[in-house]
Amino acid sequence: MLRQIEGSRGVAETVARCRPEVVCAYPISPQTHIIEAIGEMVKAGQLSPCEFINVESEFAAMSVSIGASAAGARAYTATASQGLLFMMEAVYNAAGLGLPIVMTLANRAIGAPINIWNDHSDAMAARDAGWIQLFAETNQEAADLHVLAFRLAEELSLPVMVCMDGFILTHAVEGIDVPDQRDVDAFLPSYEPRQVLDPAHPISIGAMVGPEAFTEVRYLSHLRQLDALDLIPVLASQFASTFGRESGGLIHSYETNDATTIVVALGSVLGTIKDAVDQRRALGDRVGVVGITTFRPFPFDEVRRALANAQRVIVIEKAFSVGYGGVLSADVASATHDATISLHSVVAGLGGRAITQHSLEAILDDAVHGRLDSVTFLDLDLDIVESERARIDTQRRSGPSAENVLSDLGTVASRIG
Amino acid sequence: MIIMTRQPVHFYQVGSFAVGNRLLEVSDRTVQSDPQRFDSLDSGHRACQGCGEALGARYALDAAMRATGGQLIAVNATGCLEVFSTPYPETSWRIAWLHSLFGNAPAVATGVAAAMKVKGMNDVRVVAQAGDGGTVDIGFGCLSGMFERNDDVLFICYDNEAYMNTGVQRSGATPPAARTATTEAVGPEPGNVFGQGKDMPRLAMAHGISYVATATVADLHDLENKVEHAMQLHGARYLHILVPCPLGWGSASCDTIKVARLAQETGLFPVFEAENGVVTGVSKIRHRTSVESYLSIQKRFRHLFAGSGRPDIVARIQAMADQNIALYGLLAEDAPAEITREVSA
Ligand SMILES: Cc1ncc(C[n+]2csc(CCOP(=O)(O)OP(=O)(O)O)c2C)c(N)n1
Ligand code: SF4
Ligand SMILES: [Mg+2]
Repeated sequence: MLRQIEGSRGVAETVARCRPEVVCAYPISPQTHIIEAIGEMVKAGQLSPCEFINVESEFAAMSVSIGASAAGARAYTATASQGLLFMMEAVYNAAGLGLPIVMTLANRAIGAPINIWNDHSDAMAARDAGWIQLFAETNQEAADLHVLAFRLAEELSLPVMVCMDGFILTHAVEGIDVPDQRDVDAFLPSYEPRQVLDPAHPISIGAMVGPEAFTEVRYLSHLRQLDALDLIPVLASQFASTFGRESGGLIHSYETNDATTIVVALGSVLGTIKDAVDQRRALGDRVGVVGITTFRPFPFDEVRRALANAQRVIVIEKAFSVGYGGVLSADVASATHDATISLHSVVAGLGGRAITQHSLEAILDDAVHGRLDSVTFLDLDLDIVESERARIDTQRRSGPSAENVLSDLGTVASRIG
Repeated sequence: MIIMTRQPVHFYQVGSFAVGNRLLEVSDRTVQSDPQRFDSLDSGHRACQGCGEALGARYALDAAMRATGGQLIAVNATGCLEVFSTPYPETSWRIAWLHSLFGNAPAVATGVAAAMKVKGMNDVRVVAQAGDGGTVDIGFGCLSGMFERNDDVLFICYDNEAYMNTGVQRSGATPPAARTATTEAVGPEPGNVFGQGKDMPRLAMAHGISYVATATVADLHDLENKVEHAMQLHGARYLHILVPCPLGWGSASCDTIKVARLAQETGLFPVFEAENGVVTGVSKIRHRTSVESYLSIQKRFRHLFAGSGRPDIVARIQAMADQNIALYGLLAEDAPAEITREVSA
């Protein structure tokens, strides 16, 4: 049944229907509404048996999840941005130990400068941590991906991170059909751990591993991630037959059949991109979209096939590696490794800057007319940049750049574009 | 409630002041003297000869295993104990055991305890353990959080007063003047600074948790009694065990027990217990001993005695011991107030 609810609420209710046994989190915007809602359900006795634990840091939140999962409980947490970085040592540890924890990442920029709004810097910072990373395009998908995430995590004994754009999805109210409890129960069996702390059958977990076996242990994690590439489409089709709608999967193509220009992106911006593509198609441009739902493991084969007939690929990415360039575009480049495709990285939406349909259409226009650079920062205010560069060149104590840029801009509190 | 007066009769063995098991009723004998003891941390591990931490861990966990009828899960922080016990496939742990990270053992243990609760396995109890670094420094945030939530975990700190696993660097529990790899025995103030230190047992008490106790590997009965008592309680509990480290302290491997006993008999390491934030019992000093007897048998304090020595620094350390003695009332009424003789083991 479709209900007009906040994205966070949809995720919270869906997670509750997955019957987590231990939920532990530390508040950070824009994740707060999710854990507040789950906490309330536990306290009111609507989600039982479940232990909801308020801790003193994200490092503790992930650590509690590790302990709970290793002791055989279904464990869930959620965070964003600084919180993800604060728990990062434990994020790697959970994956290394092979514990099927599910975590929502309400994607948010990373400071400094401190910024609470959306981009994908946090998810990219964790891309090598060994977690499966799924990106939601809509709030319906954000909810559904959690059901898939628990199933996937527990089948593979790997942790899964469900990425949903902070504010754009977490705080948006729209129609969501929260997965039905009976369907969730049918789709998601109770957790049968592969390894468990049990006094009756004592084992050591987390032992020291030296050079004699470290490579093999790590390689096994890699293989399990690769197994996910086979399992995710299977689960997506099972999901479709159980719940009567499509969610999850590896990638999703839109209008790519005859497309010579294809835009690749992650997350909620895909909706705006599709609108821009519709507009360009109306003008006769052969453009299409590939949305990547499964970012880790990276679906190389699917991406290569989807882009095989394109002449031009534009990767719209909400994060970049400083001193290097786009992260997603580097992955797309190694998937295609085909010299005939010209690949463009467009870094967009950093720190919550709106990615407007207007700007995207301009990018597409530049692309089809051969004017798009290999790396572009969308809607970059070059005057402001030049002014700060000049200050740096002329004054030794030029001061903090962030504050200088803000003073140059003046009061712009209402502008997000 | 006074817990410490468990021994109505004083048994003195030559030099050691320990109660010999053979003099006791079978029911009063230590867990370690029982051939059926669990050997939670089995032999064959890679600790240095005379490692106090290996002894302390075996004593504590065997006592906890007996107290819980074997229904125990242990969570371990990174450190010597974790490293010397596990290089696989030679794990020495015969109990359910999990190591995650250096600074998160208290939180991991919270997670294990929560899992047991949610599954209705209320008989399974959880112990978390770490070195002094994993307790007072990097793990302090998680530990304080676990205390504040009053999670059902007994946290044991094996205090060897430095980061031993990484090669003897100072921790927040390193005593003044001690030489470590990062508090070198050079300059006008050799060794570690005289500061406030981190008095973890008192910090634990300040959280108002049900039980806080200190112990040393020199008094097995006392240590086991405290573990057993702790396992009878629920909520967060804290046990701080002094475990001499022959490698880091530069003491003879055969002197581990002696060094631990001297730490207590000098007053430098007060052995006490507290319930709900109030000290309820102290182990009295049987034969008060000067701090020199303790310091001089450890190479980490050698610079205090080389050449003409540093009596000024030794006097400051003695003042710390005297302060502990006054603070905790460590002298038994019948014990001589002045130094009589040194202890030999
Ligand atoms: C986050 C992190 N920082 C540093 C280390 C390196 N390290 C491992 S054990 C250790 C010291 C352990 O000291 P302590 O807790 O006192 O235990 P001990 O080895 O003395 O028993 C350090 C610094 C680490 N493993 N993880
Ligand atoms: S260095 Fe010290 S604590 Fe570590 S194993 Fe050796 S004696 Fe034990
Ligand atoms: Mg130590």
